[in-house]
Amino acid sequence: MSTQLLYAFAGVALCGIGLFGFIRLDHLLRKLLAFNLMGSGVFLVMVGLAQRGGEPDPVPQALVLTGIVVAIAATALAVVLIRRYYHLSGRTTLAAPGPERKSTTKPAADREGAEV
Amino acid sequence: MIRVLGVVTMVVACVVFAGFLGLAVWQISGAPAPVNLPGLLAENLEASGVEHPVTAVLLNFRSYDTLLEIGVLVIAGIAGISMARTTSLEDPDLRTSDSLLYALQRWFVPLMLLLAGYLLWAGSDRPGGAFQAGAVLAASGVMMRLGGIPMDFLRPGMLLRLGLALGFTVFLLVAVASALAGEAFLAYPEGFAKPLILAIETVLTFSIAMVLLALFVSAPVNRAQEPEEGERG
Repeated sequence: MSTQLLYAFAGVALCGIGLFGFIRLDHLLRKLLAFNLMGSGVFLVMVGLAQRGGEPDPVPQALVLTGIVVAIAATALAVVLIRRYYHLSGRTTLAAPGPERKSTTKPAADREGAEV
Repeated sequence: MIRVLGVVTMVVACVVFAGFLGLAVWQISGAPAPVNLPGLLAENLEASGVEHPVTAVLLNFRSYDTLLEIGVLVIAGIAGISMARTTSLEDPDLRTSDSLLYALQRWFVPLMLLLAGYLLWAGSDRPGGAFQAGAVLAASGVMMRLGGIPMDFLRPGMLLRLGLALGFTVFLLVAVASALAGEAFLAYPEGFAKPLILAIETVLTFSIAMVLLALFVSAPVNRAQEPEEGERG
């Protein structure tokens, strides 16, 4: 197996792991991390596959660089949104707390005055 | 039992997804490239105004991507700021009194500013460029913010708006001006490519750093007596 395939398959594995985490995990921050892992997998596939004949291809590298910057900005915005959501609802998950699920809701007394 | 079944289904779905992706990668790697992109790039590198191929792609051959990217960044920054509470910018609880941080700051902040300037300049003929420089600049800003150095320009106002919009505005102005002058949209006029790219990169660096720093600052802050996220539940 050549080097570029090794990189590309590592990226594919990252995509799979990230997808599993994105579906499976409840906490929004963990979901965000898993989503970023998927993104990193895609970047790795693009950069890894594009080095045909040992020579790196600058075009996918530039595209991935653009992608990384956008991913950072989107992640920061997502963190801002998640913190805002936590402030407003007191919850760290999107799912409504059911009776059998462990609740992450703060007691109502604590929440008073948390948000102006 | 249902829970276990659900997890197994998820694992199987993810493995199937990764399998198909791997198959696609395997087939792509076996197929011959339809266009010799590196060759094309090497032939036209002379005309691009910069010597480094990645910078040439970013700011000349595919500058559309970069223009839209800084647009996305500005939108993300504006959305983040609109959710901030301005009082949190001057929250004394945020300031750390860590003497190690102060000591490091004195050494690192000037060095990082220097490094950002170097990276910006290096982009023309070796790895570097606006994004790396912007990231380093934003990191030094984060460090200064953690150390409690007052940064008035981050308060909502004229300076913040200017800093956020500067990169996108200059880039767009250059693009429209070249279109009005008879060239294609975003095509630099003959002979002006290098100075224009350098100017765009400089304003891009400032704007990228500003957006990242603004997003860092604008995350709403908990009150001191509030539990941090994750401490409960």
